[in-house]
Amino acid sequence: MALNDMHAEAVAGIVDRVVARWRRDPTCMVQILREVQEACDWIPPEAIDRLQVTLGVPRTKIEGVAGFYSFLYTEPRGQYRVLFSDNITDRMQGNRALMERLCANLWVERGKVSEDGLVSVGKTACTGLCDQGPGMLVNNMAMGGLTLERIDAIADLIRNKVPLADWPADFFSIQDNVCRADILLNADFKPGEALLAARARAPSDGLNASNMRSWREGLPSGIGGPAATLDEIKRAGLRGRGGAGFTTGLKWEACRNAPLKAGQQRIVVCNADEGEPGTFKDRVLLSRCPDLVIEGMTVAAYAIGATRGFIYLRGEYRYLLDRLNAVLARRRSENLLGRDICGLPGADFDIEIHLGAGAYVCGEESALIESLEGKRGTPRNRPPFPVTNGYLDQPTIVNNVETFAAAALIALNGGEWYAGIGTKHSAGTKLLSVSGDCARPGIYEYPFGVSVRQVLDDCGAGDTQAVQVSGPSGICVAEHEFDRLIGFEDIPTAGAFTIFNNTRDMFQVARNYVHFFQHESCGFCTPCRVGTSLLKNLMDKLHYGSGSPYDFAEIEKLNQLLQSMSHCGLGHTACNPVLDTIAKFRPAYDKRMMQQDFTPAFNLDRELSAARQMTGRDDAGAHLATEHGAQS
Amino acid sequence: MSHTFTLDGKPVPFTEGQTIMQAASAAGIFIPHLCYHPEFKPHGSCKLCTVKVNGRHTASCTMRAAAGMVVESETEEINAERRALTQMLFVEGNHFCPSCEKSGNCQLQATAYHLGMMSPHYDHFFPNRAVDASHPEVLLDFNRCILCSLCVRASRDVDGKNVFALSGRGIRTHLIVNARSGKLGDTDFTLADKAAQVCPVGVILKKRQGFAVPIGERRFDKAPISATAETTEER
Repeated sequence: MALNDMHAEAVAGIVDRVVARWRRDPTCMVQILREVQEACDWIPPEAIDRLQVTLGVPRTKIEGVAGFYSFLYTEPRGQYRVLFSDNITDRMQGNRALMERLCANLWVERGKVSEDGLVSVGKTACTGLCDQGPGMLVNNMAMGGLTLERIDAIADLIRNKVPLADWPADFFSIQDNVCRADILLNADFKPGEALLAARARAPSDGLNASNMRSWREGLPSGIGGPAATLDEIKRAGLRGRGGAGFTTGLKWEACRNAPLKAGQQRIVVCNADEGEPGTFKDRVLLSRCPDLVIEGMTVAAYAIGATRGFIYLRGEYRYLLDRLNAVLARRRSENLLGRDICGLPGADFDIEIHLGAGAYVCGEESALIESLEGKRGTPRNRPPFPVTNGYLDQPTIVNNVETFAAAALIALNGGEWYAGIGTKHSAGTKLLSVSGDCARPGIYEYPFGVSVRQVLDDCGAGDTQAVQVSGPSGICVAEHEFDRLIGFEDIPTAGAFTIFNNTRDMFQVARNYVHFFQHESCGFCTPCRVGTSLLKNLMDKLHYGSGSPYDFAEIEKLNQLLQSMSHCGLGHTACNPVLDTIAKFRPAYDKRMMQQDFTPAFNLDRELSAARQMTGRDDAGAHLATEHGAQS
Repeated sequence: MSHTFTLDGKPVPFTEGQTIMQAASAAGIFIPHLCYHPEFKPHGSCKLCTVKVNGRHTASCTMRAAAGMVVESETEEINAERRALTQMLFVEGNHFCPSCEKSGNCQLQATAYHLGMMSPHYDHFFPNRAVDASHPEVLLDFNRCILCSLCVRASRDVDGKNVFALSGRGIRTHLIVNARSGKLGDTDFTLADKAAQVCPVGVILKKRQGFAVPIGERRFDKAPISATAETTEER
């Protein structure tokens, strides 16, 4: 079993095996580091020594990449690495008490490694199990539905050093919880039929310029099929399901029309880095209808003339990896992937899965591409855009999991059919990840245009104070807005629908989200790197009862700065939860302000906490009596 | 064949492929910047050079100039935002100008003066960062690092050594050096490296040569940064 004192030769052997599996290709650095860690429990210096030699890249590059991702460790983190999901819904479900219980059971301090090197216990951003939380990851394998009993059992398993593979299987069982299904989740879909429909589709009357171009460039000789497929996607009015809502047909067409340099190919990327707290619909799509998603990617490849594809799966969904690889293998054996797909000469396309490693920012398409190239997940300067200069500088489309699933159905049933569902500017259906205070959390698929109130009724939410739609980077909807509609015309969403009843403190919701953005900022640009930390400090200042109207003005100014100066969407939206809740739930903030004048952020009693911890004291005599008191 | 765009109302010529920053510099117009250096590929991270192009904020060091663009730079709004970014850089690290060897030759300090920064405004983070004195000729004082990555680019693109890189993420992003020990003394770095010449602040310092130039004769004593932007720092 892997241990911290592993010999250099043993480590080198592991590294060589992993590197060979990834074709000695430095662009697979994230995957190589992840697999080395799976074997060694961390990335020891000996592994980096060996990687330097076998991959021929400088140490700085390897350490720079390893240091970027939360799930890659260049210091020992124990044989068992426990990470509690710390989304606001996990908090509401009592994750803190569970974490304390586990720490107490195992005699380990939160965030540290136990003295015997056996275990570490920490927290991580939302693991996508909000409908069955609290959730956690043990060595990156997901578990939901935690209870005190389960935690005690887990503590025993860890103490007795039971290998993860021998833990009770039901600990790792993840539910789909589909509560309302529509065209996607109800699709009676046979693998391959969308591709056959695309191939069979005759060119529509109006052959456009891009169509002729694809002929000239010798795209798969379905003759007319690719262009006709693209026409159907356009006719459907399909818009990206990742939240931004860019028109899918335009993106595909731009990529297809982008010139290829010698040796280049077009690339299809499925963005399954579902990191927005409160979102879990891509997990369900990939677990329930992977063929639909993969077929959608293949349809895209056919339409734009791509030959290589990737699924970028978030690290939290590691448990789906083997299943998805099995689906890919089956499809290859059925001639639905690989060479001459469906018997079409030249229709070559295959897909490789890359796993993320704990970095929300990699959901941004250019950061995702950087990560696919084995680099730190820093968003690129744009233009140029990925459709012309994407993966390894090749024309690339990046689409959400749900977008590809919809594309497969459009290829099968036609654009007109799809455009008839939903609203004028938001065709089709949307999967909502419903969680928080309701009787029936889970996945709800609605035609676009459903009201917030309808969703609340359907999921059994009562006494609702607010709904956070589309996660922290989305908007917070208050009761008087519940008749607003889900759709690009009104409330666009990537799918999160987090419900808060009247007992919830909306300030703490916003504070949780601000901590999230601070943790996930990539650190590339000054405004986001420093600004999210300043914002976190301001929210903590309010939390500790030292806030004043001055701090509100500061938050407002920071918001403007982040919106205007940040490099990417993470910085642009980091203030959203605070501004929304200040505007709509001002009393939650006001009750924290002890006085209207300036109060110093420095709290003498709080500064003594380190001393209290060191001496193991927390009695009254170890506290300073302060006028405003330290509350936490 | 030259085109023009307007910068604060004045026409600025540019050639195809030039960025706004390059065209402005060539025309003798100063746009504040820290991570930009004319000899290296633009990075676009410090955001000090942000301007408004047709009303939208964008980094001028990475944005290609286009004919007819309307660019605003020296406005009170943009300079206030630049000032706030400069303040952020000051509180993020540990910058004690009066005792810093680089004082008077430091682009961060000079930019702060240029923008009229009168205080750090935000609460200091006071990060705990160790210095690296392992190299016989060079001291690394990470307390002053602003993560501009100029040394990273110089070592990689000019010296061909990859001595420096950024690691970590978010507020924990930090400079690392290419040695298993993490110490500069264990790398092949030398004073002759380009990377030794490009630090805009006081991280990469030649040992035993502090405060060599008397106050009054330092680089930015003689002329403000807005007048010297194009010249490369030589130590």
